[in-house]
Amino acid sequence: MPRLRIDYLRRIVWGAHNRPGILPTILLYAVLIAIGFVYLYPLLFMTITSFKSPDDLLNPMVQWVPTELYIGNFQKAFRVLDYLETLRETIVISVAPTALQVVVCALIGYGLARYRLWGKSILFALIFATFVIPPQNTVIPQMLNYRYLNLLGNPLSLLIPAALGQGFKSAIFILIFYQNFLSLPRALEEAARLDGASDLGIFWRIALPGATPAFIVSFVFSVVWYWNETYLTTVFLEGGIQTLPMQLARFTQAYENLYPSSMVNIFDRLNEAVKMSGTLLTILPLLVMYFILQRWFVESIERSGLAGE
Amino acid sequence: MTNLGSRWRFRLRENLQGYRFLLPWLIGFVLFTAAPLAQTFQYRLSNVKVAVTGIELTAIGWQNYTRALFTDPTFVQLLIEYVIETALSVPIILIFSMIIALFLNVPFWGRGIFRTIFFLPVVITSGPVIGELVAQGATSAPQVASSTAVAAFVGQLPPLLREPAHYLLSSFILILWFSGVQILIYLAGLQKIDRFVYEAAAVDGASAWEAFWKITLPSLRTTTVINALYTIITLSHFSENKVIRYIHSRIYDVEGGIGYASAMAFVYALALIALLMATFLVLRPRARE
Repeated sequence: MPRLRIDYLRRIVWGAHNRPGILPTILLYAVLIAIGFVYLYPLLFMTITSFKSPDDLLNPMVQWVPTELYIGNFQKAFRVLDYLETLRETIVISVAPTALQVVVCALIGYGLARYRLWGKSILFALIFATFVIPPQNTVIPQMLNYRYLNLLGNPLSLLIPAALGQGFKSAIFILIFYQNFLSLPRALEEAARLDGASDLGIFWRIALPGATPAFIVSFVFSVVWYWNETYLTTVFLEGGIQTLPMQLARFTQAYENLYPSSMVNIFDRLNEAVKMSGTLLTILPLLVMYFILQRWFVESIERSGLAGE
Repeated sequence: MTNLGSRWRFRLRENLQGYRFLLPWLIGFVLFTAAPLAQTFQYRLSNVKVAVTGIELTAIGWQNYTRALFTDPTFVQLLIEYVIETALSVPIILIFSMIIALFLNVPFWGRGIFRTIFFLPVVITSGPVIGELVAQGATSAPQVASSTAVAAFVGQLPPLLREPAHYLLSSFILILWFSGVQILIYLAGLQKIDRFVYEAAAVDGASAWEAFWKITLPSLRTTTVINALYTIITLSHFSENKVIRYIHSRIYDVEGGIGYASAMAFVYALALIALLMATFLVLRPRARE
């Protein structure tokens, strides 16, 4: 009898093959919470710092909890970033190429997945090459060509490559759609063909409706990557369009222009709290999008067969 | 004979239909990858001057290359640092993302919350944001990098190890932040392993530990290769990467900047390809398996 009870206790603490015990569960949560904290640390740091008043920044007692909810930093960062205008342009610059890129990559992925093409392995090698080659190798001639065509600073300099499957990280989206269309049953396609559907009609009416998860995943990734991209945007859009990350990169300079350090009192000088507010404002729209879509997003990743082989 | 002919005609028709879907990509590849590559090939061997009417090329042979590799001390130094830092970061990212994926693959209460947290960096990793966070010290391991004991320990290390150790400590969170997509890829890989294999192993008396080493790890081999290649490429293309920043800073040099930057970009591409090939050779699936 006591032997049995010890066994029972041991099974609760250590777990049996069919259910986890208390100890492994505690360990699991401890590790996850620790890693989660390390992950969130920069975000927490950024959020808290951006609410600190100049007094709090100087006060060594104030580490994690500001004494007041000070929003002056945000007001300044808002002006320095020219927030509403820059936000509008950033949304255009990330959503428009994404829409084109996702549709075109779906077409390309479909062609690769559903047809026995001559030279398919060469095509894959070339697509992989466009992903590997650092953009620095192709960006300079592109810039000079755009300059010649007077397209520098024009959104078209990002839209045209996206419409031709050469957008930012297009290769990944082609692969996502390739994986997705590979699993489409042949029988469905053949039935439609017997009914007289054309190749494009099959793509449009049979393949596309089943590819919603792939579209969601590609859309989110593409918007995020375009939003955060600063190398290509700096080279192609400089002087024409300002995105939030571009504006953040020259935050110090823009701040000096608005609040010259010789003109304002010491509390209005640029400090880390204002910088952190600017950083937070830059990524806030992405965070909002992510939290709205995340449930959908994670599910879609599982169903889209991301990174199959 | 007619049979063969009609088969050939059928394949031709299929290819024509298929290539119609690929047409945008083919045009784009020629215009935005092949042609620029050919153009930089010329730039690399020239002194490029940007004039109002267009650009002027003066052939100077291999001078841009010799300048990058032998005359300019900064470029080679940065290139070596890049290789070392990448070689250090990739294993950390891979192991870390595999552990997280293993955790997230088992059902437990609150899994959704943790998934949300671990995929978060995918959303916010951009150059200037990272730049600001690094500048404010938000990306070093909390309280570790700044403590005097650790600083003293790093100071004791031989000079060869001091730089990498400092890099690891000061950008620990940053390295972890590059694991978002890799976690996703590992999760997808884990979900493809047949559950019956584990059950069969459990019936044969294998512990969870043994099952991990004998089933999970070998099954994730291809996934690991993909992840390693993906990680190297993302790290190398990241706009805060020192080599990339240096190349970019040279483009606008009045005297021969474009030609020189093109030559460096090409050397950088070769270094990246060499890294990828080395990684592939180390990790590639053995023929016997």
